Formats: sequence, structure tokens, C-alpha cells
Amino acid sequence: MAFVPPARHLLRAKDLADSHYTEPLEVDDLARAAGLSKAHFSREFRRTFGESPYVYLMTRRLERAAALLRSTDHSVAEICLEVGLQGVGSFTTSFKRMFEMTPTEYRAAYPPASHQARVPACIVRAYARPQHRTFREDSPAGRT
Amino acid sequence: MKIANAQLWVHDQDEALAFYTAKLGMEVRSDVTLPEMGDFRWLTVSPAGQEDVAIVLMAIPGPPMMDEDTTQAVEGLMAKGFAGTVFLTTDDCQSDYEQLRDRGVEFTETPEERPYGIDCGFRDPSGNSIRLTEVKLPATA
Repeated sequence: MAFVPPARHLLRAKDLADSHYTEPLEVDDLARAAGLSKAHFSREFRRTFGESPYVYLMTRRLERAAALLRSTDHSVAEICLEVGLQGVGSFTTSFKRMFEMTPTEYRAAYPPASHQARVPACIVRAYARPQHRTFREDSPAGRT
Repeated sequence: MKIANAQLWVHDQDEALAFYTAKLGMEVRSDVTLPEMGDFRWLTVSPAGQEDVAIVLMAIPGPPMMDEDTTQAVEGLMAKGFAGTVFLTTDDCQSDYEQLRDRGVEFTETPEERPYGIDCGFRDPSGNSIRLTEVKLPATA
């Protein structure tokens, strides 16, 4: 059987965090993916990648949450769920620890998502047209 | 010149969003609803790590943007599977196929060897075709 470097198993767990962070994934699931006990996994992960698996996963989630706050009009509660977290309270606490402001304050610090959305001019023209206008062109007076 | 966005018509934007994110694993790049444009919703997604190109998941407009006949024609093309196709690449077609199948994606073609690599095909909930290819470069002498 071919030798597999131990770090390959850790990388598998790291990839799982990157690709499945939207699901209610925990360190236990990452350790399982690496085929290691939770304590051993956490120790080896930190030694290999320089941070604990919990911090890695949380950083991934918060980075995505920040992007969603800037680029969508989803509510803070929706974004919390979208990045795989369950409680808005703990989400807000973790977010503030990383960005030094709450999710709501973070959103307010950037231009509204609707200003950043690069909706092409052809679509704006089509959708922003008034829908119920009349110049009385169909009335007898309007034809004169 | 670069590709920024390409558009797909979808029957239901929420359903499409759930499919492209929860099932395919893409990320939302933009999702805003604009009241000044009759609640037009600009919704884009793209794969993680590929933020410069996105798919616009566009609801089919009714009148006055699109007349009734055209709306029905677009819906008809979608129903028949001729509205649009997205071509995706992957490092491991078989592995992705198994993962997506387990998430409930309905495949129209299972992974098969082709001259250019291995690929398979499936549809999104609106009937748009998606091909997933593991490209194999020809051996060089």
C-alpha cells in the first residue's frame, strides 16, 4: 500500500472545511475526515497549518459572512445560517472579535450592496421603465 | 477583454440559489433586490475561489420587459432543455459526481471517458444543462 504523508489526511479535513462550511460542520467532523481522534487532530492541524481547526473553520465562515454583508441584502440572521452557524448571538460575538465591529456596523461601513451590484445598463433601462404611462395618444384629443 | 458574467434564465430564483449553493457548492457573489426597478433581483453565483466570473440567475420577466409570447417561448425552450448550458471543469469528475449525486442532483449522463477527459452532465431545477468535465491534456512527445 502506498505511503500517504500524514499531512494529506489533515489537508482532506482542511478541504472539507473550505467546501462544506455552509453546513453545520464541527471540529469532530473534520477530525473524522482526517481519521484521527479530536485531540490528536487538533494538535496536528495546528502544528501543520499554524492555527487550530476551529479557528480555521470559523475564519472561513466569517470571511464569507463579511462578503455577504457587503454584496447582498440578506439579513444578518440569514447570513449567519448561510455560513453554517446556528446562533446569531455567538455569530455576532465572533464577528466582532475578528472585525472589531458588529455585522450591522460592518455593513453600514460599506456602500449599500445595491450600489455595488454591477447591474448592466441594458437591464436597468428595461426594468426601470415606467410601466403605466400614457401620453393620451390613444384619445381623440391626443390624435389631433 | 474578459468574461465577467453569463446569464441563465431560471424559473424560480430562490430554488436556483439553493441548487447552485447548497447542492453545487458555489458562493453568492451578489444578491440585491432593487425597488426602483420593480423589485428586480440581481443574483449571481460562482465557484469558491473564482470570484471574477459569475453566473447571473435571471428570472424570466413578464410584460413590459418581455411580451407574453416571448416569455412563453423562453419557458418552452427551458422546458425542452435548449435554453442554456454551463460548462464546468473539475480535478476529479468521478468524486464530484458521487458527491453531487448523494446531494440529490439528477444526472443525465454519468462520468464517461471522452477524448478530452472524463465528463458527466446534469440539469439545474429550471432545466438548464450543466456539464462537468475533468480535462485531460494530450500527452506530449
